[in-house]
Amino acid sequence: MSETEMVMEAGDAPVVYASPPEEALADLKERFPDIRDDDRPDYSGVIVEADQLLAVAMALREELGFNYLSSVTGVDLIKDNKLEVVYHVYSIEKGGGPVVLKVQIDRDNPVVPSLTPYWPGADFQEREIWDLFGIKFDGHPDLRRILMWEEFQGFPMRKDWREAFYEEDNKPFGSRWPGGDVIRAEELNRYGKNVTYPDGWIPTGEEYEVETDMYGEVAVQRDETPGLKTDKVTVNMGPQHPSTHGVFRMVVTLDGETIVALKPVMGYLHRNHEKIGERNTFIQNIPYTDRLDYLSSMSNNHGYVLAVEKLLDIEPPERAEWIRILMVELTRIVNHAWALGFLLNDIGALQTPMLYLYIERELILDFFEAAAGSRMMCNYMRFGGLAFDLPERVREQPTMAYLNELVYERLPTAMAEFERLITGNEIAKARMQGVGYLSAEDAIAYSAAGPLLRASGVAYDVRRAQPYSYYDQLDFNVAVRYNGDIYDRYLVRVDEIYESIKIIKQVLPHLEATEGQPIMTGKPQYAVRVNGGEVYSRVENPKGELGYYVTAQRRASNPDRYHIRAPSFINLTAMEKMSIGHKVADLVAILGSIDIVLGEVDR
Amino acid sequence: MTADASIPALESDIAIPDDVKDNVFITNISKLLDPVYNWSRRNSVWPMVFGLACCAIEMICTASSRYDLARFGMEVFRATPRQSDLMIVSGTVTKKMVPTIIRLYNQMPEPRYVLSMGACANGGGPFKEGYNVVDGIDKFLPVDVYVPGCPPTPQALIHGLISLQEKIDQQSLATVPWYRKNGIGTEIVPIPVLGPDLVDIRQLDLIRAEAKKVTEAEAA
Ligand code: SF4
Repeated sequence: MSETEMVMEAGDAPVVYASPPEEALADLKERFPDIRDDDRPDYSGVIVEADQLLAVAMALREELGFNYLSSVTGVDLIKDNKLEVVYHVYSIEKGGGPVVLKVQIDRDNPVVPSLTPYWPGADFQEREIWDLFGIKFDGHPDLRRILMWEEFQGFPMRKDWREAFYEEDNKPFGSRWPGGDVIRAEELNRYGKNVTYPDGWIPTGEEYEVETDMYGEVAVQRDETPGLKTDKVTVNMGPQHPSTHGVFRMVVTLDGETIVALKPVMGYLHRNHEKIGERNTFIQNIPYTDRLDYLSSMSNNHGYVLAVEKLLDIEPPERAEWIRILMVELTRIVNHAWALGFLLNDIGALQTPMLYLYIERELILDFFEAAAGSRMMCNYMRFGGLAFDLPERVREQPTMAYLNELVYERLPTAMAEFERLITGNEIAKARMQGVGYLSAEDAIAYSAAGPLLRASGVAYDVRRAQPYSYYDQLDFNVAVRYNGDIYDRYLVRVDEIYESIKIIKQVLPHLEATEGQPIMTGKPQYAVRVNGGEVYSRVENPKGELGYYVTAQRRASNPDRYHIRAPSFINLTAMEKMSIGHKVADLVAILGSIDIVLGEVDR
Repeated sequence: MTADASIPALESDIAIPDDVKDNVFITNISKLLDPVYNWSRRNSVWPMVFGLACCAIEMICTASSRYDLARFGMEVFRATPRQSDLMIVSGTVTKKMVPTIIRLYNQMPEPRYVLSMGACANGGGPFKEGYNVVDGIDKFLPVDVYVPGCPPTPQALIHGLISLQEKIDQQSLATVPWYRKNGIGTEIVPIPVLGPDLVDIRQLDLIRAEAKKVTEAEAA
């Protein structure tokens, strides 16, 4: 595949790829007669024996062109006494849907070969599955817990593991429904707080060492190479650090000022989204998705409602689709404004560019507030439509006039001014160009997504590769840059803001044309019951590919498994690769260029 | 402002020479000093740059130009606890994070205040039932002001900060814990540790007693 074929030039008409996974699956089955279809009703993909996984995965990657391991998910099939690992593999070049591989193993001795040595993008995801499900990945170079701490008891995502405040398997809880009584969980707990200890566990004092261990990595190492002896120093950054974009921690080993090793440490904001999500009813999860990537709540909503709509087999009416696209693209602008502001903050352009961009961000947030009732946590989309139609007025102005002014005047002017200040700026270029390089091959191997992937010259955008909603009817370019450094990631985000403005300009006439039409299919429901089965739905979030893997039984009102493929989390896998060899001062800039949000990294 | 009855009347301590007796006017000294002291402190509350979760985003918005915390003398966000007066606990407190938060709190010099921002910091919020979530920072730290909301809007946060200023106005040099002779000011909070679950070391005795109950029940 040559580079020119991979890249869509500006001005290309929207391209819809054919859907190639069926052919690949048929081919795979021919080569490996042992793999069988997943024949549970409404499930897809194939089940592979654990000992064949590596061979199948390699054939898929090397010979069939499915080179992008997007998501690795653990599932607890407690009824069959099995654990399952689900792999979603896409083809960057061919686009279209995934090939889904599944490995089922015994619950009592769960071991699966690790794909990390071949697909480094699996690294953190496998560690997460080890952490939460206790599945061992044979051959993983560094299989430690990732979200919880090492001493933590149990594998919390297993269905039979219960948290301290456990009440019932599924909501609504009997204590709240239908009587509406409230119990305070603290009062029922022996310790008056959200903790529980193994029966008969006596603190010995050893556990106090944990703190020491945490900082034990802050150590001085002697260089073993012959010749001039220099000391390497390990520096701990975070979880409380002004530039780590939240409670993120990095343990960096330095030789002088040069980074020689880097280990991200996360979990400081692990708030058990998935465990809570599996107790919740479907609709209760919508506000939780707001709090994943809390800068882009609208697009998180979008991915989730698309997934559940597939389970429900419904589609929203036309007006709702257009409003969704409007909201999602505005969210992209909001997110990129934030990301660019913070990136510049990190390279030393303290505050000023950030505050410039916030002015426009606030305008959009005001619109969100008028539409959804909240600035940040919009909770706006519903299965089959939207919670509300567009408001009549925003800031005393009729909505359409407000939006028109926003996209035709305010945003282009603000961006032009911002670009005039920054894009050609010598200092900004000196700090950003050539720093944090990630090649196209590496970006794919590390499962990078979003601007991080596209700045490395890979023209892959879910809106184009596997269009959802009405994106196939819209004319926009996939922003691609080729140098793979911080500057190009900056440029990709700037380009995407322009493309979003372009999309919104196309959406506005549709909004006027559909004025007064319904925004919901059917009537709004609180207790939806789904058809059951499995669904994986992904959207192009501002930070990259956001995927929701949801399974449910027939007529169920709660998901069995609810997993999120979080772009910020997986993009961090490439952090070490990008940082090695650079100065420690570039580290914050590289982190800023990935654009992470801890709510999504740790979930 | 009320004078504290526990303060000895100054007149009784100080011998005033007869020739100046009619020319000096001595009153309760805290009445004189408190307003000055409180006025300067309330208008220079320096928060720590300390964001935990979604609420932190609204905190940053509050500090930026549209809402402009500078009007209250609070725009000087410090990146180190050693220079801060106020810890805004802005977001979900997780078990993995709480030892760090307590350590930061202990590093802040007095006078120090804690503002709990948002449902999560107040009581666990939407994530309360989670296995890695602390159900409210007040399980560990003394909280001065609670701001409800998920997230609280910038206006709400500003309201919380004004409430803190009102609280500062009510304080008296004579009664604030950090100037008491006997005692070491506000307490240093013991740092919780991460065992099989979060261990609040103030509860060690309780944990041991519970463990004993279980072992005894098993033996019986
Ligand atoms: S209170 Fe709400 S907005 Fe604030 S941290 Fe918690 S979930 Fe996020």
